[in-house]
Amino acid sequence: MKLTVGLVTRPGASRANKTGGWRSDKLPRFLQAKCTACDLCALTCPEGCVFGEDKNTYWADLDYCKGCGICANICPVDDIEMISEVC
Amino acid sequence: MAPRMIRGAQAVAEAAALCRPQVISAYPITPQTVIVEELAQMIANGKLEAEFVNVESEHSAASVVLGASATGVRVYTASSSQGLLLMSEVLYNIAGMRLPVVLTCANRSVSAPLNIWNDQQDSISLRDSGCLQFYAENNQEAVDLLLLAYRVAEDHGVMLPALVCVDGFLLPHAYEAVDVPEPKEVDAFLPPYQPLYRLDPDEPLTFGAYAEPDKYMEARYMMQRAQEKAISVIQEAGHSFEKVFGRPISALMERYRMDDASTALVAMGSVIGTIKDVVDELRSQGQRVGALKIVTYRPFPKELIYHALKEMENIIVLDKAVSLGSGGPLATEIRAAFQGSPQPPRVSGVIAGLGGRDITMDTIKRIISQAQKEVLEAEFVDLREDMELEGVD
Repeated sequence: MKLTVGLVTRPGASRANKTGGWRSDKLPRFLQAKCTACDLCALTCPEGCVFGEDKNTYWADLDYCKGCGICANICPVDDIEMISEVC
Repeated sequence: MAPRMIRGAQAVAEAAALCRPQVISAYPITPQTVIVEELAQMIANGKLEAEFVNVESEHSAASVVLGASATGVRVYTASSSQGLLLMSEVLYNIAGMRLPVVLTCANRSVSAPLNIWNDQQDSISLRDSGCLQFYAENNQEAVDLLLLAYRVAEDHGVMLPALVCVDGFLLPHAYEAVDVPEPKEVDAFLPPYQPLYRLDPDEPLTFGAYAEPDKYMEARYMMQRAQEKAISVIQEAGHSFEKVFGRPISALMERYRMDDASTALVAMGSVIGTIKDVVDELRSQGQRVGALKIVTYRPFPKELIYHALKEMENIIVLDKAVSLGSGGPLATEIRAAFQGSPQPPRVSGVIAGLGGRDITMDTIKRIISQAQKEVLEAEFVDLREDMELEGVD
């Protein structure tokens, strides 16, 4: 790989950095049962890695999810639970 | 243009204006204030088309010029002493981001105790930062080295910031005959700035990104190599300067009556003027004394300095700064240059002129005769005998 003078980087560095590797134990499981598509999980995710459109279609991209639990904490209908990575 | 009798600050301001900076941001501090006041006046009077950004501190001033430089424009700022030190973490960033910011440092001592007079501690404190450093002997050099600094800093093989150091009060506040060049000559020597990379919303880039242990060291190595490259860039720029302006410039160093000398004094900045007078006087008495003026301090032109001094029996390095707990910064580096050589000269180091204490011809003559009898180690010169220093035996 080539390092530019001043280590100037082009866009895409964030996408290349798979922060999912930072997870230690917990990850979110989207039950997709009582979801109202309020979009709060997607809006509050600090990584911007929760996606969804209609009711019960929400999911987290585990390549980037750090397991912080904000989505599970904020879901008004408790449709997201944090489960252990180690099964 | 014919030389004019002008104040150093005005000469530096005119030189800075001739380099066509587009953004100037500075915060006042004695003895630099006079330089930026002149520039602010030029902009207010429409004589210089640039944006002057007033800020609340030197940290902000440095940050403004960093940001402006990152967008691909030539910038200028100036500071001294505490102001320069307040800029320091930003200057390290500017160097690491490889931006060719050029600034004038009107050398002044650092607090505490609070002292507004000249020594070189402020800029010397930044010798590790990656900034290029040039030291002017007189106001002509204060002008010429500023032009040279832009040319060298902006070279794509260098791309590092530069400090042009001028001894505070002694240079900015003094009137000297200075030849400030014509705009078309400066334009011929210094073409418009061509950045390597620049911030542009249409082509997004990140400057100053995060680098983990797997990349940081390479980034610093690249800067070290750029500093080494700068020596030849400085030499080439010096030759170009002489062609364009039709007069000489000492870009790296100046050898003064060194040809058959056996004792040499080494120093940076305005004290060289006094040293040259001492050399002339001692030469007229038959002593084989010479002087080496170091102009480029960073990069440190070790090879060239070694060759300039290797025939000497006695070298006396005068430092206007001290690395407390160690010794004179310049003396230490000069000594290191002779490490491993078969017959190294005796290198004496003296610390003089701190906080604006006058360095007289008598002082220098005394140092020379002392150093010819014994090697001096970081000797503080001209300490007051009439003062009792608490805690000092």
